[in-house]
Amino acid sequence: MLDHDILIIGAGLAGMRAALSAKELGADVAVVSKVHPVRSHSSAAQGGINAALTDRGDDWRDHAYDTIKGSDFLGDQDAIALMCEEAGSEVIAMEHMGAIFNRDEEGRLGTRAFGGQREARTFFVADFTGQALLHVLYEQILKAGALVYEEWFVLSLIVRDGKCGGAVMMDIRSGKIEVVRAKAVILATGGLGRVFEPSTNAMICTGDGMSLGYRSGASLMDMEMVQYHPTTLKGSGVLISEAARGEGAYLLNSENDRFMLKYAPEFKELASRDVVSRCEQTEINEGRGLDGCVLLDLRHLGEKYISERLSQIRELAMDFANVDMVKEPVPIMPGMHYQMGGVKASVDGETSVPGLYAAGEVACVSVHGGNRLGANSLLDTLVFGRRSGVHAAEMVKSTQHLSVDDSAADDDKNNIHKLLANDKNESFGQIRLDMGTAMKEHFGVFRDENGMREGIEKIESVKKRAKDVYVADKGSTFNTNLLFTLELGFMLECAESIAVSAADRTESRGAHTRTDLPDRDDENWLKHILVSQNKDGGHELSYKDVVITDWEPVVRQY
Amino acid sequence: MEVKFNVRRYDPESTDTVTHFQEYQMDMDASSTVLDGLIRIREEIDGTLSLRCSCRSAICGSCAVKVNGEAGLACNTKIVDSLSEDGNTITVEPAGNLPVIKDLVVDFQPFWEKIRAVEPWLQPEGEEPETEYLAPDEDMLHLAGVVSCILCGSCVSDCTVMEVDSNFLGPAALAKSYRFVGDPRDDSAQQRFKTLNESGGVWDCTRCMKCVEVCPKGVAPMDRIMALREQVMESGYTNTNGARHVHEFTNSVKHSGWLDEKKLVIKSFGIFNIKAMIGLIPLVIRSQRAGKVPPIFHKSIPGVENVRRIFEKVETKK
Repeated sequence: MLDHDILIIGAGLAGMRAALSAKELGADVAVVSKVHPVRSHSSAAQGGINAALTDRGDDWRDHAYDTIKGSDFLGDQDAIALMCEEAGSEVIAMEHMGAIFNRDEEGRLGTRAFGGQREARTFFVADFTGQALLHVLYEQILKAGALVYEEWFVLSLIVRDGKCGGAVMMDIRSGKIEVVRAKAVILATGGLGRVFEPSTNAMICTGDGMSLGYRSGASLMDMEMVQYHPTTLKGSGVLISEAARGEGAYLLNSENDRFMLKYAPEFKELASRDVVSRCEQTEINEGRGLDGCVLLDLRHLGEKYISERLSQIRELAMDFANVDMVKEPVPIMPGMHYQMGGVKASVDGETSVPGLYAAGEVACVSVHGGNRLGANSLLDTLVFGRRSGVHAAEMVKSTQHLSVDDSAADDDKNNIHKLLANDKNESFGQIRLDMGTAMKEHFGVFRDENGMREGIEKIESVKKRAKDVYVADKGSTFNTNLLFTLELGFMLECAESIAVSAADRTESRGAHTRTDLPDRDDENWLKHILVSQNKDGGHELSYKDVVITDWEPVVRQY
Repeated sequence: MEVKFNVRRYDPESTDTVTHFQEYQMDMDASSTVLDGLIRIREEIDGTLSLRCSCRSAICGSCAVKVNGEAGLACNTKIVDSLSEDGNTITVEPAGNLPVIKDLVVDFQPFWEKIRAVEPWLQPEGEEPETEYLAPDEDMLHLAGVVSCILCGSCVSDCTVMEVDSNFLGPAALAKSYRFVGDPRDDSAQQRFKTLNESGGVWDCTRCMKCVEVCPKGVAPMDRIMALREQVMESGYTNTNGARHVHEFTNSVKHSGWLDEKKLVIKSFGIFNIKAMIGLIPLVIRSQRAGKVPPIFHKSIPGVENVRRIFEKVETKK
């Protein structure tokens, strides 16, 4: 059995930020990640990180309001205010740690415009901000000498009398299973994109933390709020950063019409993501698309500007769609990108299970509500990663380990043994594809009652089939076949929680757009939907009022 | 189109521990990638195939493998660009210069150790400013090309020095080091130069260009190594074989218009370096047999004054 004060699951921005802040306070911290830290999906964030810096004449209250409006008034305003107030120091801290950032004429950090915001307050490193920040945090982890269990996969959390006391994990390289006793566990596992097909998310984004939390008794919140990003490449679904539109790109339909002028006269292409994705889908559905896509036109920006600020996405469009954006418009479509919901957590990362924390995309604080603004996710990971680490480090000082021994791994060992012995013939690849396609079809940009009911049935049937997955690889060395099968279990739980939450919300708000109920209903639905597991293993819904402080909900216009 | 994947397999748990090739035949879209093919093998044909992959968009650095003998990311290598001359075969092998764990999965520990060895974190001196460090955009932006390194290991896989010398820090770690040396906020250059000047550092690169060729992100590690060499020498480290080699190379061409290879060797190693001189004897004998021994008297080329003028011009420019 291994022993640590704090075990952090996931080594993306949230996880590593939490590790650094907890270690600074002297806690014995270990990070466990199923991939090496620099392979984490934070690396894929392209456009930037938002902060309203006072010395630039910006105000965090304006950032907060833009975020609240972006959330379609479902975000909790106290948490949003806190995130926006702490944003500046977090960006500066990253700069001090080594992030290079693009600069302005005076040598200060420069900004670019991003969607849904009245000010240009997005700080950036070309179009690979996430990768740049992720590598800087990894450098700091090396400098701090923090322990990382690289390529270990967490199988379950250990819960005793409703408290979390550690985790059971498997060394992917050897198949060895270990119990880790910890006074605090911080979930920082990122999102669940692979629940949808297609998705911009990496193949590792399988909702592990959301499911681990759910199985341990924590509530999931806002799960119906799934972000479709307006610009993903035709075919592969690869992400083209919002920075393209931030730098001035247009969206055109098949009639060469800049259609966003009609839908969002003020913000145009830079309306919030849910709005732009809906407009694109409407254009496509009404016959003004091209082969299921609309066009992203950057030609007027010129080659020099594009190669300086958007070089990676230019490469991506060339590699994955055979289009040079300097010369032609890029065919794009809305694509599943981000889960606003997640394990319900406080601004200090505490979940409803004592000892269990959550930060980053896996968590729902809720600072994104019905729709996240571009470049607020990196901010979310850093602010709440750091705060979780600090809170956990303080908490463990006065906390004893729960009584945990090696037998805590027995269930997981039996489960794996059973999976390997299974002689049925379902394939995880086919099941995941069926699940993902059903989620896209019934819980995509537009939803309705009948479609969602059908979707729920499909998920149920897929869930049954998942019991019969055949694991061809029987070995214990780097058995990715087994890992995918375990991840499939996590994903199916996430899919179900999205589906039941979505079907429950009888209005349209943020990313949850129902064609049968197109209006927002503030009278009944200024509240979050929470899903938790009941004693019989089924799910249970409950509600929590949205926290409204200074900003009364108004009709949202861009 | 019909594509035949020829994949090198290895299973440490099998009784047959030798690597072997396994063929998989599939109908693939021409625009799809090598990774698409590998994923389909894993999901539809053979679940036992192990490989690392994640983002599918060339940013996480997980899927570096050898495609037809050359390293690169499987996710941005297109099928159509990888077919063999006879039409439809693609050979996929694990990345080189790192021990294989299983199939296409290699052990990256030696890779990370070298990254760690260059102390890859910003080391500023003095008090942190209250706001950001001020620096002109151009002083920072030139780093973007190196910062965009995703540590995928393609350069290390195909590095011809690492193949024979496990002590070499290698292109990825050296490029990482350059990133800090070139950062106006970092104050530890002198300390970094000391390490870089040691055995395994910048002087062990043979300039074969392989890392520049295979890098999927345009980081050009070798160019960074060459830039580091200059800075190492400028910082006062001139008493190494490498630095003397550079010095004598320049001198020779400047004075005679071409390279005096005998003198270059002797000056680089130092005439009193008896061990090195003895070590050269077999090379001299082999050269003699191949008729490649340079003439005893090294004469200047006709028009050498033009060469000298070029040198003068370049030197005054500096």
